[in-house]
Amino acid sequence: MAGKTLFDKIWDAHVVHEIEGGPSVLYIDKHLIHEVTSPQAFAGIDDRGIKVFRPQNTVATPDHNVPTVDQHLPIKDQLSRFQVDKLTENCEKHGVTLYGLNHPSQGIVHVIGPQLGITQPGMTMVCGDSHTSTHGAFGSVAFGIGTSEVEMVLATQCILQPKPKRMRINVEGELSKGVTAKDIILYIISKITASGGTGYFIEFAGSAFRNLSMEGRMTVCNMSIECGARGGLIAPDETTFEYIKGRAFAPKGDEFDQAVERWKELKTDADAVFDRELDFDAADIEPMITFGTNPGMGAKISGNIPTEDEIEENNLATFRKSMEYMGFNAGDRLVGKDVDYVFVGSCTNGRIEDLRAVAEFVKGKKKADNITAWIVPGSKQVEKQANEEGITKTLEEAGFKLRQPGCSACLAMNDDKIPAGKLSVSTSNRNFEGRQGPGAKTMLASPLTAAAVAVTGKIVDPRTLL
Amino acid sequence: MATDKFVTINSTAVPLPIENVDTDQIIPARFLKATTRAGFGDNLFRDWRFDKEDNPKADFVLNQDVYSGTVLVAGKNFGSGSSREHAAWAIHDYGFKVVVSSFFADIFKNNALNNGLLPVQVSEEFLGKVFKAVEYDPSTKLVVDLENQEIVLSATGDKESFEINPYKKECLLNGYDDIDYLLSIKDKIKEFEKTRA
Repeated sequence: MAGKTLFDKIWDAHVVHEIEGGPSVLYIDKHLIHEVTSPQAFAGIDDRGIKVFRPQNTVATPDHNVPTVDQHLPIKDQLSRFQVDKLTENCEKHGVTLYGLNHPSQGIVHVIGPQLGITQPGMTMVCGDSHTSTHGAFGSVAFGIGTSEVEMVLATQCILQPKPKRMRINVEGELSKGVTAKDIILYIISKITASGGTGYFIEFAGSAFRNLSMEGRMTVCNMSIECGARGGLIAPDETTFEYIKGRAFAPKGDEFDQAVERWKELKTDADAVFDRELDFDAADIEPMITFGTNPGMGAKISGNIPTEDEIEENNLATFRKSMEYMGFNAGDRLVGKDVDYVFVGSCTNGRIEDLRAVAEFVKGKKKADNITAWIVPGSKQVEKQANEEGITKTLEEAGFKLRQPGCSACLAMNDDKIPAGKLSVSTSNRNFEGRQGPGAKTMLASPLTAAAVAVTGKIVDPRTLL
Repeated sequence: MATDKFVTINSTAVPLPIENVDTDQIIPARFLKATTRAGFGDNLFRDWRFDKEDNPKADFVLNQDVYSGTVLVAGKNFGSGSSREHAAWAIHDYGFKVVVSSFFADIFKNNALNNGLLPVQVSEEFLGKVFKAVEYDPSTKLVVDLENQEIVLSATGDKESFEINPYKKECLLNGYDDIDYLLSIKDKIKEFEKTRA
């Protein structure tokens, strides 16, 4: 019998029941919720007259809809305030732990899970948010779900889910200077397209991933969904165990050592078979940026937007529509384009390592006059760390200001909207039309590239400034 | 809680021949502030449908009177991006019962099925025929027969069968609900928890 993939091992260990010809009943270890996709689920269980089945396995925080200034004041937007209040009310009623606004552990749900040690290897985790795939960085099966599924988890700690196929993406080799985790994932998505992973759960393997920090691995797994994959995961190793050790929800003492022994078993067997396997060379990866309106439309920053000859016939209509929206021309050089906004933050790149990268680059430099920069820490903890490490001060000296934690301009649900027609270089995960505000244009890049753009005011290859 | 039973659809269609229609286009984030499931249809495709002054854009298909019906036909990779179920709610609330495409994003597909909205995946070739037929004659009807897993283009008689897992099919045809099912096996779930303690 052939061996098993890491994904299969975790999935199979959580199957409560297989419905013939149907989905699996999958047990969920940890469930994260936020204010936007949970109220209708709570209303559903209230209508059924039932309680949350395992309240201790759900953790809540408001993030999508919160302002990133003056968080000590009541939220001005009435609908946003109502939604955040509703989360508090639902959590109190059902005994769910809530890290509310101004709590020292509040933040973007996918930043606080790992930070608190809630995310651990071998778990199944879900959240009503597609970037739940972030947690796969720890060797867990984590994926985004809809509100009906949130209701399933609240009601029974299980969901009905068809099992995805397995894909492995191997990247071997050393990354060049100026090339980061974000560039790896933007490179992969540009190669396999925004739908190339649909129907699959991806394992990221190879030395390029093993050499990444946990923050970098989270950036990679976070964007698995941007190629359509159900999720992505990386086998846990010493880097993983070291990150988890000592965190609030992590096992302590002997229990931690025992857990590590179990976690060490979490890897794909040598003879396991994947439905699809892809290999890339780390040496081929350069700093990347997107030029279109889906995350698959990315290119090396030193290059050009493809010409129409380079686009496949059946993708031409989409390409032209994108170019029209972005105000770009096929074949344009990327470097030198004028930029209006820089956004550093989100569950993709709002962690301490990301802020460190920005601060290190801008130290002793000044923000370009034409740039409005929004730098938004992923959590209160990241904000605190940034203050303690002097990052906030470095940023201020360079003309930047740290805002308060939340999803912010990644999805522009709060007031942090890029104005119509303005071009934003963003460390977030989606460059869809209007994603950062109606009419806003987004180019996705790494925190290092974003920092370089912020000081030059134009698209620039960060390697030329290192 | 039981939902409406899915019956065979015989309807004209609304063509949206655009690929990679993401959930931010279906329902932009700024309209996700509601705490109930109702009313999202008003903002379906908001920024394609209305200009900055909230006037309908004449060139968008939902604003063209010649097209109507309960079947939305869209380009490949429909529903990519965010997991927001509000996208499925918006399409359903607007009045659609079926979305036809050559490829659906995974989370959207689940969300649609959980809300009585049937995603029908067809070949590129069949999709092309549907677009052509509907464009040529907007009164062309599509028959979507879930029981027999078949979609028929009435004008030409072209037909294709589509996949759906038998459990979900049963649920849609009978108006069954996943949560009722999960609650019915709660003892099994508790037993499972004991094996992991």
